[in-house]
Amino acid sequence: MFQIIILIALACISLSMLALLYRVIKGPSIPDRVIALDAMGINLIAVIALISILLDTYAFLEVILLLGILAFIGTIAFAKYLEKGEIIEYDRNK
Amino acid sequence: MSLLHWAILSPFLLAVIIPVLYKLFRRVHTGWFVLALPVVLFSYFFLKIPAVRQGQEIKETLKWIPSLNINFTTIIDGLSLLFALLITGIGSLVVLYSIFYLSKKKEQLHNFYVYLLLFMGAMLGVVLSDNLIVLYMFWEFTSLSSFLLIGYWHNRERSRYGAQKSMLITVFGGLSMLGAIVMLYIMGGTFSIRGLIAQAGTIVDHPLFLAAMLLVLLGAFTKSAQFPFHIWLPDAMEAPTPVSAYLHSATMVKAGIYLVARLSPLFAQSGVWLWLVGGIGLLTLLWGSFNAIRQTDLKGILAYSTVSQLGLIMSLLGVGAAAVHYPQLGNENIYIAATMAAIFHLINHATFKGSLFMMVGIVDHETGTRDIRKLGGLMSFMPITFTIAVIGTFSMAGLPPFNGFLSKEMFLESMVSVLSLDLFNMSTWGSLFPVLAWIASVFTFVYSMMVVFKTFTGKYQPEKLPKKPHEAPFGMLLSPIILALLVILFGLFPNMLTETLIKPAAASVLGDVLPADYELHIAFWHGATPALFMTIGIIAVGLLLYVLWPKWKGLYKAFPEKLSFTNLYDHALPAMENGSFNLVKLFMTGFIRNYLVYIFIFFIGSLGFTIYLKNAFNYSTIDTAPIGFYEVVLAAVIAIGAVSILFVKSRLTSIIVLGSVGYTVSLFFVLFRAPDLALTQLVVETVSTALFLLCFYHLPKKFRKEERLKFRGTNLLISLGVGTVVTLIALSAHSTKLFDTISKYYLDTAYTEAGGKNVVNVTLVDYRGLDTMFEITVLGIAAIGIYSMIKLRLTKRGGKKANENK
Repeated sequence: MFQIIILIALACISLSMLALLYRVIKGPSIPDRVIALDAMGINLIAVIALISILLDTYAFLEVILLLGILAFIGTIAFAKYLEKGEIIEYDRNK
Repeated sequence: MSLLHWAILSPFLLAVIIPVLYKLFRRVHTGWFVLALPVVLFSYFFLKIPAVRQGQEIKETLKWIPSLNINFTTIIDGLSLLFALLITGIGSLVVLYSIFYLSKKKEQLHNFYVYLLLFMGAMLGVVLSDNLIVLYMFWEFTSLSSFLLIGYWHNRERSRYGAQKSMLITVFGGLSMLGAIVMLYIMGGTFSIRGLIAQAGTIVDHPLFLAAMLLVLLGAFTKSAQFPFHIWLPDAMEAPTPVSAYLHSATMVKAGIYLVARLSPLFAQSGVWLWLVGGIGLLTLLWGSFNAIRQTDLKGILAYSTVSQLGLIMSLLGVGAAAVHYPQLGNENIYIAATMAAIFHLINHATFKGSLFMMVGIVDHETGTRDIRKLGGLMSFMPITFTIAVIGTFSMAGLPPFNGFLSKEMFLESMVSVLSLDLFNMSTWGSLFPVLAWIASVFTFVYSMMVVFKTFTGKYQPEKLPKKPHEAPFGMLLSPIILALLVILFGLFPNMLTETLIKPAAASVLGDVLPADYELHIAFWHGATPALFMTIGIIAVGLLLYVLWPKWKGLYKAFPEKLSFTNLYDHALPAMENGSFNLVKLFMTGFIRNYLVYIFIFFIGSLGFTIYLKNAFNYSTIDTAPIGFYEVVLAAVIAIGAVSILFVKSRLTSIIVLGSVGYTVSLFFVLFRAPDLALTQLVVETVSTALFLLCFYHLPKKFRKEERLKFRGTNLLISLGVGTVVTLIALSAHSTKLFDTISKYYLDTAYTEAGGKNVVNVTLVDYRGLDTMFEITVLGIAAIGIYSMIKLRLTKRGGKKANENK
């Protein structure tokens, strides 16, 4: 029973990820895509958590944490890039 | 090291010292230092005559590379001794002549004598070596030193052309000879010539025999300027005259003759040898003598004359090879006489051609030109030179009482004897031999007369000559006088050569066929034989043709220069260069896209063909796991991502989609229970996507056109092909597992042996830590490389900074 619930949850998240992927590909502007990617990252966290339950293992909890950090850094970096045109402000000719 | 080895190597040693002597003693002509060596060597070889006459072979071995059967084995027998005497004897005379010919002040004498000594040593090595590899080494040495000597006046364009041409042709032949040597080694198991000849009976039936023979002949024919490889010899006349006299009349061009004579016992069993050596020789004789007449340069005439005389010797060797097929005839064997004639003419040619070249050198030196249209009436100015010229040319034409007459008689007799040869269809086509030989002899007579009479008689034309002619200094005349004396001496007393040199040499060429009590007697009057009538005919027709020369001059217009082989060579060489240039230009386009196309097509072709050829495709589902729902979903996500990269319009979108593909791969790792991989993949994917974005940002604005990939049919086909092939191979590889994996060992022992529970990490740092170390190195190198690429930007000369983003 529990397993079926998890499977249903996985299917839902997969559907939402497909929808997000559609947005990534289609998305008329770049912020759309970035937001979609960020959401996909969070969705991935959910997927990995659910799969960890299914596989009955602790091995993937680090992956979840890492994804959280990466999604955050990635989105911030993108945001800065869109805002300033540069991610790390450093003049290499100095 | 025996004395014989020292004798061969001494010219090389002297060549090392010569430049020092040249620098130390600027007042003495360097040639005087050189002269002693060939004289000493000549006396050394001269003293070997009695021993060799009694049939002894003097054999010395010096170990060189024993493990490869390559030893510096030298043997003196009749043939080697004859050649060694020619090389050292004429070598001495040429050195003497060159002392007076080459100016002490204007010429780079040390270069000249170093090259000449290298050549002399190499030539001695060729004729005295028994080991084929050593022979080949010295053979290439002669090519090389001849190249240097022809190009001696290297600031002249024609010299460089001649040197290059002779180098290309002779090295081509030399390399084919090397092929033959290797084949002979395969057949006989030894590099020793004597060892191979001992197995001649069995080698004949070997499948490689014919190929080896053809390659040997290619080597011999190119070196000896046989038809159609004779073209390098006339162009080699750009060399200084002593070089022409030495290399291109007496020694190097006879290396091919030596090779044919030396290997005759091995190959004469076959009819092809007889036909090729005899036929090509005769063709060369005819072609050379025919072309000599049209030349206007004296050295040109002598060059073609050398070609034709070499052809004569070669054809005699071919006919002489027939003797092997009639061993039962014994003393009555007429083909033995052909070999004898070849050797006799070899000696004669070296004497008279050497003197003629030196004579031409004198004429050139004293008048400033060698063009027979400008020369004439020099008889009263240069009486001694004229005498030498008469002796040399009359001997060349085959007139009594000179030695050329005797060998020409023997030559004609041998050619007539071909008529009674019933081997290998000789009886039908063999009748061409005496006819062609006779015609060629007529031509020989005509150009011989031209050399002497157009130069020394007729009208004196002082206005055309750059210098006022006068007799040469005595020192310059000395060598040709000695040679001319030898011409007369051998002519009058030919039998002093028969027992001492000719018979031992013939014994080396013929092997066991030559009866021990064979009597060779050369005399001017040998009865009213067909050869005598042929000679009378030659003189009569030749005189007629010489007198009527202006009338039939036009005949040569029917054979224009365009149809010559030199012309063919001149066109073939640039054509080959252009051809290879165009060929390379055809596929080396400079576009990486094209090279990738080649690589992938080769990949598809070779792998696909192998699968087809070996029938290797195999598909079984025994070992496969059931397919779950998530895998299907993830696979669909990856597939959609991968395909959409191809169709999206903006580069930014494709970078992002690529990132999502990478993330999905990490999800696959999670699904297939590989947490470490998943972690790494996520981080690496993030970083590389960021790097891609960095690259994207720095694209030049001007060319940042946002458009879809262009559709190309070939690209589609190739990519589909690569995908298909890889899929097929993966399926086949998975379906045919031959062994269990070794991973069970790691799983069982990771904790007990290495004290870690994470098997992946234990494998990375413990079981197979070496790989990890070098991966770390790779990353280190990449980091340093990136750092230095960014930091180190050299400025161009002139202060302009070269740091534009290109």
